[in-house]
Amino acid sequence: MNTETVHTTGAPLAVAPAQSADSDYNFAFLDEQTKRHIRRALLKAVAVPGYQVPFGSREMPLPYGWGTGGIQVTAAVIGCSDVLKVIDQGADGTVNAVNIRRFFARMTGVQTTTATEKATLVQTRHRIPETPLREGQILVYQVPQPEPLFRLEPRRAQTVKLHALAEYGLMSVRLYEDIAHLGAIARTYDYPVRVNGRYVMSPSPIPKFDNPKMHLNPALQLFGAGREKRLYAVPPYTSVESLAFEDHPFEVQRWDHACALCGAGDSFLDEVIVDNAGRRLYVCSDSDHCQSRQQAGHTGSAVGEPGSQP
Amino acid sequence: MYVSVKGGEAAIENSWRLLAQARRGDPAQPELGLDTIAQQLRLAVHRVMTEGSLYDTELAALAIKQASGDVFEAVFLLRAYRTTLPRFGYALPLDTGAMHIRRRISAAFKDLPGGQVLGPTPDYTQRLLDFALAAGGEPPAPLPPAPAVAAHMPRVLELLNLEGLIEAERPANLGADASSQPTEPTDLTREPLAFPATRAARLQSLARADEGWLLALGYSTQRGYANNHPFAGEIRMGDVVVEMVPEELGFAIDIGDISVTECQMINQFSGSREVPPQFTQGYGLAFGECERKAMSMALVDRALRARELGEPPVAPAQDEEFVLSHGDSLESSGFVQHLKLPHYVDFQSELELVRRLRQAHRAEGGAA
Repeated sequence: MNTETVHTTGAPLAVAPAQSADSDYNFAFLDEQTKRHIRRALLKAVAVPGYQVPFGSREMPLPYGWGTGGIQVTAAVIGCSDVLKVIDQGADGTVNAVNIRRFFARMTGVQTTTATEKATLVQTRHRIPETPLREGQILVYQVPQPEPLFRLEPRRAQTVKLHALAEYGLMSVRLYEDIAHLGAIARTYDYPVRVNGRYVMSPSPIPKFDNPKMHLNPALQLFGAGREKRLYAVPPYTSVESLAFEDHPFEVQRWDHACALCGAGDSFLDEVIVDNAGRRLYVCSDSDHCQSRQQAGHTGSAVGEPGSQP
Repeated sequence: MYVSVKGGEAAIENSWRLLAQARRGDPAQPELGLDTIAQQLRLAVHRVMTEGSLYDTELAALAIKQASGDVFEAVFLLRAYRTTLPRFGYALPLDTGAMHIRRRISAAFKDLPGGQVLGPTPDYTQRLLDFALAAGGEPPAPLPPAPAVAAHMPRVLELLNLEGLIEAERPANLGADASSQPTEPTDLTREPLAFPATRAARLQSLARADEGWLLALGYSTQRGYANNHPFAGEIRMGDVVVEMVPEELGFAIDIGDISVTECQMINQFSGSREVPPQFTQGYGLAFGECERKAMSMALVDRALRARELGEPPVAPAQDEEFVLSHGDSLESSGFVQHLKLPHYVDFQSELELVRRLRQAHRAEGGAA
């Protein structure tokens, strides 16, 4: 999709070289008819931002619920010159991310990378990278449940009508009830958004911390739900507004800590239990962001502690 | 110093090797051949082919071997392989009336043209563990050749139909409207299921559905959750010819035989203003000898016809969206097991929220 040359400055080995694709399978596993079917659905999704487009989801060699929607979207848009990054929980090294990256390395032979800025295509589960995306990049989300209303109305035959009528009263009442009972909206991830002033959309289970990054993002954002057989999209520079009330504005999570490894005070932090006494450490969930900062000389509290192992 | 977790790649590779070792077991034992599985575990093969929507005993046997006998995993392997296969057309509807019968029973009539044929059924075995099998006993001597089964056995429902006692089979029921045959059949592996679904889409979905799911739902209809008392009008098992019309030829050619089990359940229907009282049917079809599956499918098919027959939908088995959305073992098994994947980020978000809510609770003087 993108023919931009890959700059190899920065971290060494950030880009794994292209390998030859597995010749037993078509490029990117799916047959060309299927890719065309998915691309058509994606075009419709881009044309109607936030609208869930049904598509003939295929059975993939990875289980439903493990990223098959994202994998099918990536397979439909990836080209030989793409550089692919795959993250899960923000990290390139988590098992599912490793597995999906290896799948595409084998099925396409494309270059893979852990560096957000070097990637032309980023497939993600549960996070948006901290490094801002740029024009020409594509962010592919794995979506377990594309229907933002499903906890309020499980019948999809019904939710389709609610979307068509832009009837989102149920959702407003739900958020209001949270405020009435708990004093705040108790949604911390998969926090519903309204896209382009029209469709209410699930941003996938990203933390609400990441919601503001979707708004007017220069990159193309594509969403794939394989098991539920739906695709949707947010085109570049599209408004994405987190639902809230005038007197209860949308807020993101904040930590009282900075990252223990790179000292970042503005990234999403994972809490890690480091000993039996339950001592906690907070580190960036975005491993590429954290490593880049460490390479640039930033350090956090856990680095060079007295008595620590090198 | 804390170092963040890495090494996923090596761990995954090691898990593959451990899995392969566990699959093989003790190398002193002879390895299972695909023929052995296909011959001696034939019912597992049939179930995997049915739910895998792919009629190929050798590939199903391979899937069972690779999955160490886990039927869900074997179905998954077969379906994932099926995705890569080219599609060169659609077969004509099977003529199960022309089936080469190996088993045919009716619970509705004591005797009927063609007779009752038990075939290779475990129905009337006494379920006593056979220790002779453990000792590697020889199979019993073959039976003397039986009188040939009638070449064409009319289906029981056709006999009822002569009297108009049962609703006529309506091919149009499968398509969108009564006047025209659908040119291209519904294909759930190409297009997503939409609700309300046509009966063709429903039957296709049920044919691929997990046997356990259908069994439980079918059972629920017998216990009063959707009240329709069924009779096993006919169950038949045997080989049928698959025919298709290649575009370049323009006439039907025989492309092979498959073995299937078909079940037609008969249910009473008290009639409505337009239709006199009559019997209605539920339909089940599965590859090979998947009789439990075919019977369960027929019960659920009938329950799902509630809307069409003007019956009030009161039970889970009559709720089309509920039944069809949760019956696919790939979908259910995948999504249940995805809970094993990392959820650190969402859990972290919830931790932060619960801590904050607890703080607020304390501040308001809530119970300690």
